[in-house]
Amino acid sequence: MTATIRAVMVKEIRQIARDRRTLLILLFIPAFFLLLYGYALNFDIRHIRLAVDDRDNSSASRALVSAFVNSGYFEYAGPAHSGPELDRLIDTNDARAALVIPDGYGRDLARRVPVRVQVIVNGDNANTASAVVSYAGAIVAEAGALLLATVPGAPAGAVVGFEPRVWYNPQLRSTLFLVPGLIAYISMITAVISTAMAVVREKERGTMEQIRMAPVDPMAFVLGKTLPYSVIAFASALLIILVSMALFDLPQRGSWWLLCLSIGLFLLGAQGQGLLISTVAPTQQVAFQLALLSSFLPTFILSGFIFPITSMPAAVQAITYVVPARYFLVALRSVVLKGADLLVFWQDLLALAIFAGVVLNLAALRLRREWS
Amino acid sequence: MTSALPSPEPRAPSHGSSSPVAIDVRHLVRRFGAFVAVDDVSFDVRRGEIFGFLGANGAGKSTTIRMLCGLLTPTSGTALVGGVDVARDPEGVKRQIGYMSQKFSLYESLTVDQNIRFFGGVYGLTGERFEARRAFVLDMAGLRGREHTITKALSGGWRQRLALGCAVLHEPPIVFLDEPTGGVDPVSRRQFWDLIGTLASSGVTVLVTTHYLDEAEHCHRLAIIHRGRLVALGSAHELKQVFADRPILEVQSARPVETMAALERHPDVEKTSIFGTAVHAVLRHRGVGADAVAAALRADGLDIRDVAYVTPSLEDVFLDVVDRGGQAA
Repeated sequence: MTATIRAVMVKEIRQIARDRRTLLILLFIPAFFLLLYGYALNFDIRHIRLAVDDRDNSSASRALVSAFVNSGYFEYAGPAHSGPELDRLIDTNDARAALVIPDGYGRDLARRVPVRVQVIVNGDNANTASAVVSYAGAIVAEAGALLLATVPGAPAGAVVGFEPRVWYNPQLRSTLFLVPGLIAYISMITAVISTAMAVVREKERGTMEQIRMAPVDPMAFVLGKTLPYSVIAFASALLIILVSMALFDLPQRGSWWLLCLSIGLFLLGAQGQGLLISTVAPTQQVAFQLALLSSFLPTFILSGFIFPITSMPAAVQAITYVVPARYFLVALRSVVLKGADLLVFWQDLLALAIFAGVVLNLAALRLRREWS
Repeated sequence: MTSALPSPEPRAPSHGSSSPVAIDVRHLVRRFGAFVAVDDVSFDVRRGEIFGFLGANGAGKSTTIRMLCGLLTPTSGTALVGGVDVARDPEGVKRQIGYMSQKFSLYESLTVDQNIRFFGGVYGLTGERFEARRAFVLDMAGLRGREHTITKALSGGWRQRLALGCAVLHEPPIVFLDEPTGGVDPVSRRQFWDLIGTLASSGVTVLVTTHYLDEAEHCHRLAIIHRGRLVALGSAHELKQVFADRPILEVQSARPVETMAALERHPDVEKTSIFGTAVHAVLRHRGVGADAVAAALRADGLDIRDVAYVTPSLEDVFLDVVDRGGQAA
């Protein structure tokens, strides 16, 4: 048994080494994907061009405008002195938002008379618009509070402060939320595809037939074939995690040991899925499509990568329980973002282990039936 | 068995009725649903014999071989390969046999040596035994000095010999060759058959399927399988005896198709078939003059160049047997 595993493994490694292109694809395409998605998939809104209609023209109103610009979210697009001019700026997309400060803003603020500033937002992109509205609200509140604190004679501490604090991702950067999802998504696809293709290739080329004629245990053959890809998939997953840390400031607050355990369990299940596909697919083409379909869509949509699972309809939520990425994401976010220990997410690791056990057994069952 | 083969004996069939039976097939049947792929096939192959399996594609050759190799369970009947029942102990059968398939089944991206090492590992060969077998295969295939050539870069003949070498690496007493010479040039085919002869004379039993009827002459005995049934069995010489009382005329003419039609109308002609540009006519009995037939054809206005008796070839046998579809068994 071990002699067979070793013989098959050595052969597989030699084949991979000979096929440099595939090796490079397996190792570096995931990292390339990460860069592509990492920079493009970004829900943060920055550099919103802001037109300003300052009817007060006081130091307080100018302070408010600079608070907007200094926040990093807004960019000064120019003054708008009238309603029609404002319309034009928004219509031509020279401004995505406008700030209208009423006459007497500074005076009223100093007297502690409630004042209202108007923020106009182009709502053609609902996502962006709602983000802009909430940024603007925060900036106005903060600027007002600051100003009050500096107004002489105003009773100190009279204003009730609102101080939100976001944990683990204080800047609310969506990258930090998305990168673990990307890691799951990319590793899943590469592990499933490489494993499925490796086995089906032998079927297609006829070498499988030759090996079936030898007194070889099918499990030994499959283990020998899969182990080299396990190593590659693991290396590739670690590589994209390191790239995420270097480029997207992904922290690593937890233990490396737990991180590796989570990746290992997740990839084991992914490879089991690949093997299962290889027992069903007659050709590499079918294997590729099945592998892509069964890993791409569920991992992207049903894992909580982008869409929160809790807001899905009950039936769809039920399906997410068999998507391994769902558990891996919890584990990954817990380890790298929260630095949590095993007690917090052991159920998710258990679920990953169960998934791997089930698919590997199914694959073995089908393989034995196919073999004899 | 020793790792070095004795030199080939000059074409004397090494088998005989006294040799022990290596493959014993009795009433073998395999159905796929309603389709009967192998229908009540019985034969035996003796130790050291080269046994040929002839038949059109889909005739049931490969299904039979797959059952004999333990890959497919027979629906009924028995097959003993090296004394092991293929239905009861398919894994035991695999230890008795070497197999080389119609497809080229080595790893093309690996070198010659890496392929040998892989199959050595799969069959559990180690240490000195492996080194001796590796040397044997390299010598047999004539690949000394090319150990580190990528298999893909080898010519067809070399690849075929390497595949055969890998199939006998573990010194199996029985070897199955499923259309081993497809797509190989005539010189390489000849060399390949010399190798098969050498193997057989060292006591290895060889069961080989082939499309090439000229190659089948190399076999000690032949079985012709048609639509799942064994329709003829014997040495090439024995098989040709079906023509003992039905001589064959070869007619050379400018218009073979019309000639064939005219021959079909001739009362002494049983049947005809086209062989290249010539027409072969099987006569119903002896004593028909070739000149008389030629005269009759010319009387029909055909441009006949030559009419002569020919020795039946295996192709004549094959067509005749298949034509009669099973009655000859």
